[in-house]
Amino acid sequence: MLKFFIKRILEVIPTLLIVTVFIFLFVHMIPGDAARLVAGEDATLEDIKLVEKELGLDRPLHEQYISYMGGLLKGDLGTSLKTRRPVSEEIGARFMPTFWLTVWSMVWAVMIGLIIGVVSATKRNKWPDYVGMFAAVSGLSLPSFWLGLVLIQIFAVQLGWFPSGGMESWKSYILPSITLGTGVAAVVARFTRSSLMDVLKNDYIRTGRAKGVNEQNIVWHHALRNALVPVVTMTGLQFGFLLGGSVVIETVFSWPGLGKLLIDSVAFRDYPVIQAEMLIFALEFIIINLVVDLLYGILNPQIRYD
Amino acid sequence: MEMTQTKKEQYEALLLEEETVRSPLSEFWRKFKKQKLAFVSFIIILFIFVLAFIGPYITPYDITEPDYENVLSGPSAKHWAGTDAYGRDIFSRIIAGTQISLFVGLTSVFLGAVGGTVLGLAAGYYGGWVDRIIMRICDVLLAFPGILLAIGIIAILGPGLGNVIIAVAIFSIPVFARIVRSSTLEVKSTLYVEATRSIGARPSRIIWKHIFPGTLSSIIVYFTMRIGSAILTAASLSFIGLGAQPPSPEWGAMLSGGRDYLSMAPHVTLFPGLAIFITVLVFNLLGDGLRDALDPKIKE
Repeated sequence: MLKFFIKRILEVIPTLLIVTVFIFLFVHMIPGDAARLVAGEDATLEDIKLVEKELGLDRPLHEQYISYMGGLLKGDLGTSLKTRRPVSEEIGARFMPTFWLTVWSMVWAVMIGLIIGVVSATKRNKWPDYVGMFAAVSGLSLPSFWLGLVLIQIFAVQLGWFPSGGMESWKSYILPSITLGTGVAAVVARFTRSSLMDVLKNDYIRTGRAKGVNEQNIVWHHALRNALVPVVTMTGLQFGFLLGGSVVIETVFSWPGLGKLLIDSVAFRDYPVIQAEMLIFALEFIIINLVVDLLYGILNPQIRYD
Repeated sequence: MEMTQTKKEQYEALLLEEETVRSPLSEFWRKFKKQKLAFVSFIIILFIFVLAFIGPYITPYDITEPDYENVLSGPSAKHWAGTDAYGRDIFSRIIAGTQISLFVGLTSVFLGAVGGTVLGLAAGYYGGWVDRIIMRICDVLLAFPGILLAIGIIAILGPGLGNVIIAVAIFSIPVFARIVRSSTLEVKSTLYVEATRSIGARPSRIIWKHIFPGTLSSIIVYFTMRIGSAILTAASLSFIGLGAQPPSPEWGAMLSGGRDYLSMAPHVTLFPGLAIFITVLVFNLLGDGLRDALDPKIKE
């Protein structure tokens, strides 16, 4: 078990390193002169030189990478070109709102998704299944930003139950997390259904039925436990989807999180912030994937001995 | 009762299958026609394609000409979907915008599929360090969650619809590469590929003549399933201002323009959103149907 854990953790390191190189090279991949773009169209030569120095572009590439990595290890992510404050401060204040938004979206998405999935699998090819699966494919097809706007229109503008944006109380979480979680709920529902249907075909289920175990007991005790193993993995991977989705949703709900900051930074060409955000999101996603992988190892012993 | 009924049906289906030998295409058609939702979706998609081609010529109103006497008017007999902040007919703009969304969705997925297929075939067939390098690159690309990679690419290339296509294509590559790689590994181990190799066929011939056709069904299924999400991603990017720019009648950009009038004129955002939803929905339903009809691994 320990060997499996260590192996998986070590495997992540090369990916992490390549990701940092990738993100470091980011500014260098901009076609044309990044410094000139940042400085603006009517910048003088001195202005451009200054920006170049600020972005560290005036030094040889390997030196730049070493100082970039050195900074990273010390938690130094550079200085925002827009606010002139350290990027780590800018991002620090934005991290928790996005984190909690994704967590709450995930919580309710998994609950709803599991219920729809189990009902669909057990009422296969009857109307609850059709309704559930049509709802799921619709959930996958909804443009999240549009769903957000429609929810705002109904529940904030017309009914006045929830605020239309910002982050003041628990009420502020309701609409954004529903918007963000819908796609994930759909994926979880579809996946749970197919996984549970696969498990229900097994011999031990037939044995259970043959010896007269009631159907509810079979589904909830014998089948669901095994069906959930792949669902856990799948659900973990959906965190990435949520992180990406938060970028759009935060814009809709004026949510003071990382996603909104990213969009603002892209518009302003605030490259140090963009770089740091890409790194944080990638890091978060890699760690989640790792945790899911380890969890899968615990739930499914077969994997460990591969 | 019910069990015996389905068992009997299964048995009869089995008998039927043994009696008639069908070509793969007619076998596919037979299964596909049974998927009623997918079939209906397919017909709607054909209709959307027609709209994409003739859309700009049949719009009831000019899509760029402002009409300041009819600003933000709600749906009526004259303007089915109302008018926007410039008095332009929203219904006309949605029709004219069909080709943009469809074009962006199709080209980006196509480019991603081509890139991913080549990489996946190479990784799966050659194995060894080729496989390791390609899969490592895919891991890195997949380390950026959701549409974040696309946003990063746009931050480099600058906003605009062309760059959205490139961004969505790049972020589709690793997904296709993984799927094609795994089905390449499967096909590679079959007897007929073994036989071709033992009579001395060149690797390129084995790959394109024998392995590629074997992976095609999963590519087609995934291609269809991916179009919906590509259209969604592109519309999202336009919505946050990184894709199509106004006055383009791109659906996401139209929605973004209507945000400011949400409380007094919700129809400005309602209808373009519905257009995106329906288009993505029919592609997803078609993808589901194709998967059930083409993928023998997923049994009924």
